[in-house]
Amino acid sequence: MASKRPNQLFRNMNAKVSAIPMIVTALFVFVGGTAWTIVYSFTKSGLLPRMKWIGLDQYERLWGTKRWLIAIENLAIYGLSMLVLVFVIGFILAALIDQKIRFENTVRTVILYPYAMSFVVTGLVWQWILNPEFGVQNIMRGLGWQSFTFDPLYNAEIAIFGVLIAGLWQGSGLVMVLMLAGLRGIDQEVWKASRVDGIPAWKTYIFIVIPMMRPVFITTLVLVVTGIVKVFDLIVAQTGGGPGIATEVPAKYVYDMMFRNNNLGQGFAASTMMLVTVAIIVVPWAILEFGGKKNNG
Amino acid sequence: MVDDRTIPAASQTVNDFDGGPRGPKPQRAFSRKNVFLYGTLLMVTIYYAIPLYVMIVTSLKGLPEIRLGNIFAPPVEITFEPWVKAWAEACTGLNCNGLSGYFWNSVKITIPSVILSIIIASVNGYALANWRFKGANLFFAILIFGAFIPYQVMLYPIVIMLRELGLYGDLSGLVIVHTIFGMPILTLLFRNYFASLPEELFKAARVDGAGFWGIYFRVLLPMSLPIFTVAVILQVTGIWNDFLFGVVYTGPESYPMTVALNNIVNTTQGVTEYNVNMAATIITALVPLTIYFVSGKLFVRGIAAGAVKG
Repeated sequence: MASKRPNQLFRNMNAKVSAIPMIVTALFVFVGGTAWTIVYSFTKSGLLPRMKWIGLDQYERLWGTKRWLIAIENLAIYGLSMLVLVFVIGFILAALIDQKIRFENTVRTVILYPYAMSFVVTGLVWQWILNPEFGVQNIMRGLGWQSFTFDPLYNAEIAIFGVLIAGLWQGSGLVMVLMLAGLRGIDQEVWKASRVDGIPAWKTYIFIVIPMMRPVFITTLVLVVTGIVKVFDLIVAQTGGGPGIATEVPAKYVYDMMFRNNNLGQGFAASTMMLVTVAIIVVPWAILEFGGKKNNG
Repeated sequence: MVDDRTIPAASQTVNDFDGGPRGPKPQRAFSRKNVFLYGTLLMVTIYYAIPLYVMIVTSLKGLPEIRLGNIFAPPVEITFEPWVKAWAEACTGLNCNGLSGYFWNSVKITIPSVILSIIIASVNGYALANWRFKGANLFFAILIFGAFIPYQVMLYPIVIMLRELGLYGDLSGLVIVHTIFGMPILTLLFRNYFASLPEELFKAARVDGAGFWGIYFRVLLPMSLPIFTVAVILQVTGIWNDFLFGVVYTGPESYPMTVALNNIVNTTQGVTEYNVNMAATIITALVPLTIYFVSGKLFVRGIAAGAVKG
């Protein structure tokens, strides 16, 4: 650092220079880019962005498009099921692993490995396993159950659950790891005390341990929700949005509008809606988490 | 505004599992509880392992065998031909050179992105932890919140920026994109790590006359190998597995492997070669899987840090 202080701006110069990429990213890409997209979502942009103001037209068109409505519905079904199941499965697995078991490392490694792989890989593997001609359905029929039908990826009614199976397989390991960390953070005394009082283990989990793990739950929740809203590659790889438009999701709608259909305005409006969805979750969390203590920075 | 708790409580505890289990104590070896416990865990483990197993098994079978048998059966006759085909001959659209070229694309994308993003984030995290300047925390807060913005919102503005720079559709453009989106999590990771080191260390170096770079290179860097390893793991897997940025910011020639894999499997011309598809899928997953199985606990640490990334 400069030994004499030349002037305020040049003080601590090295640190400021090192922070330039962060400042540029924060201001131009994150704030600037987001603002740009929001502004242009009110314009009549088609093949190229055009500053021709049309108010809320894009949003009206968006909410009048069947494909977008299906995408939203899918996101709701996939999201809620994913949220509930990933937490239930993740927590139960963590609780089971936390019972002083042998081979803990092996079990943990196997449950978490899907998370290391690309969503494209996950989507393609499950596309194969759920293939009715060769996969699970074929095997059950081979075992003699001729009427067995399990073809989620070919049945528009339940296709999104086929994606859910893959999503759960990939994501539950992550929740398990975070929950396990939370469980390991619980003081051993809590367990001793509840044992002395003769409280059954499941009650201790539900009424004592889980409330104590609140921070871990909230972090995991934010993580899972933002991941759900972004779901894209999994759909593209596993179903391509099909059959028909049965497994469309907002992120894919945005991509298709922007880069395939030359309908930028729709893409901007749809992505702004995605931003709103995330904000509904993240803003209250941020206020809760960082609200009252601005001085610890 | 953003204090050290931005890395959620999880990270401190996830760091390693050596604290040992905290759950209630188990009873005798063959109690009903143990049978239930190990039975469940065995089934769960098998369930999670099955897709990997199916991938491998399918990729080693010939097509006739796949058509006859079931997907869980081990190959009667092992053949490596699907692997060769996936690597060198599989078609993505009109181009039939297999995955090999795209594998190298991914390498060419991943290595510079990882190096660049880690250099920028580590120096920045160091500045934020030890050389705080006015306004630094505001930008940092924006950066962290930026990590929650759905990428779709920023896709097009970045297209415009890259086009202005003449890098749209180019590998180096994608490298910049990965550096940008890796920044929040990595900066957080490094900032918190450097902030957790004893301050005396830093002060002593200052007294000895070391400056900004002197302290960074000679004091902090040598003792930060673990956190750099975590950052490398996080970035290599994240960037290798990326699909969205790859498909948006590169052209058919420069597609990363994930995009090419999707094109190989999901564009059907003629007979679908399931074995080649699965071989291609494994080859794509090989790099992150290797890192995962080799790195063990460090991978988990990366996840815990990534818990804020979303």
